[in-house]
Amino acid sequence: MSFREPHDLHKRRWSRNLGLGLVLGIFVALVFGLTLVKVSQNPIQLPNTATQEGGN
Amino acid sequence: MTDASIQTRTDSGDAQFGDYVALLKPRVMSLVVFTAAVGLLAAPGSVHPFIAFFAVLCIAIGGGASGALNMWYDADIDLIMKRTQGRPIPSGRVTREEALAVGLTLSGFSVVMLGLASNWVAAGLLAFTIFFYAVIYTMWLKRWTPQNIVIGGAAGAFPPMIGWAAVTGDIALESVLMFGLTFLWTPPHFWALALFMKSDYKDAGVPMLTVTHGRKTTRRHVFAYTFPLAVLAIGLAFTSVGGPIYLTVAVILNALFVKGGWDILRRDEPTSEADGYKVEKRYFAFSLLYLFLHFGAILAEAALRPWGLGGW
Repeated sequence: MSFREPHDLHKRRWSRNLGLGLVLGIFVALVFGLTLVKVSQNPIQLPNTATQEGGN
Repeated sequence: MTDASIQTRTDSGDAQFGDYVALLKPRVMSLVVFTAAVGLLAAPGSVHPFIAFFAVLCIAIGGGASGALNMWYDADIDLIMKRTQGRPIPSGRVTREEALAVGLTLSGFSVVMLGLASNWVAAGLLAFTIFFYAVIYTMWLKRWTPQNIVIGGAAGAFPPMIGWAAVTGDIALESVLMFGLTFLWTPPHFWALALFMKSDYKDAGVPMLTVTHGRKTTRRHVFAYTFPLAVLAIGLAFTSVGGPIYLTVAVILNALFVKGGWDILRRDEPTSEADGYKVEKRYFAFSLLYLFLHFGAILAEAALRPWGLGGW
């Protein structure tokens, strides 16, 4: 199946796909950025393994 | 898939990406973004700039989602009113089912992401705002009572309160007064619009005050609302978000707003018809500037505070 000239339908579909792709890309970047900020604000507290081992 | 089937689908409305963006009412979103950002920046305390940006984005998307739900439910009257005939659903570019899916998905997404990014008080307020606009206003009040715009105006008034809560995790006098400012501003703003959008609401069967109680009563209501609005707007100057800049702006703007309401009250229909509702249109345009400058003044006070200039 081939179309020599892009039908208007394909232009609109391309616009939709491109827009959705950009939105998803931005969403991933935002969640990544949010994760970095949250982790830097509240550093993960690792359990003090040395004390635990000493106690055992 | 054949060429014929493609043609059929084109006729049924294959939307561009921009049509889905239009579902979110971008112009209303701009007001939501601005007032939410002011509420956030005026709040005591601070948040990381990225979280502040993310919170405002979530509030904007939540506001947009409620706009999509509004368009889904109101597709029948949007088709009748000239002002709304070009919207994506009445023009056939987007189906009602698509609008509902976009509205529900973005509602859930914005509330959950705001809760995760800031706090659940802000997220709860956003969820209530979406529910209020989509269910209380759109599905219930709009087609039932001429007070639709009075009570429904609450939905558009919540964003500064949500922005404030995103920082403090709480509700305070200042955030309630910022809510009240937009809440009391909404009726005269929309009634001025209803005065010059002559037959639109009547044709659509929407019980706007102009349709149920006539234009003279609507003019009286516009004027009457300018007084409690002025008291609240000027009163906000004496809270922690106010200051001399805000007070000056509020006094000038409210004097002009009351004067504008008086001008509308004095006019009759033949005079308005004769000049194409010039005064009503000017008042509607000024009402947009009125709200923008009030929140702009609050923003100015907040921006100057670190240098010891803002506030009292």
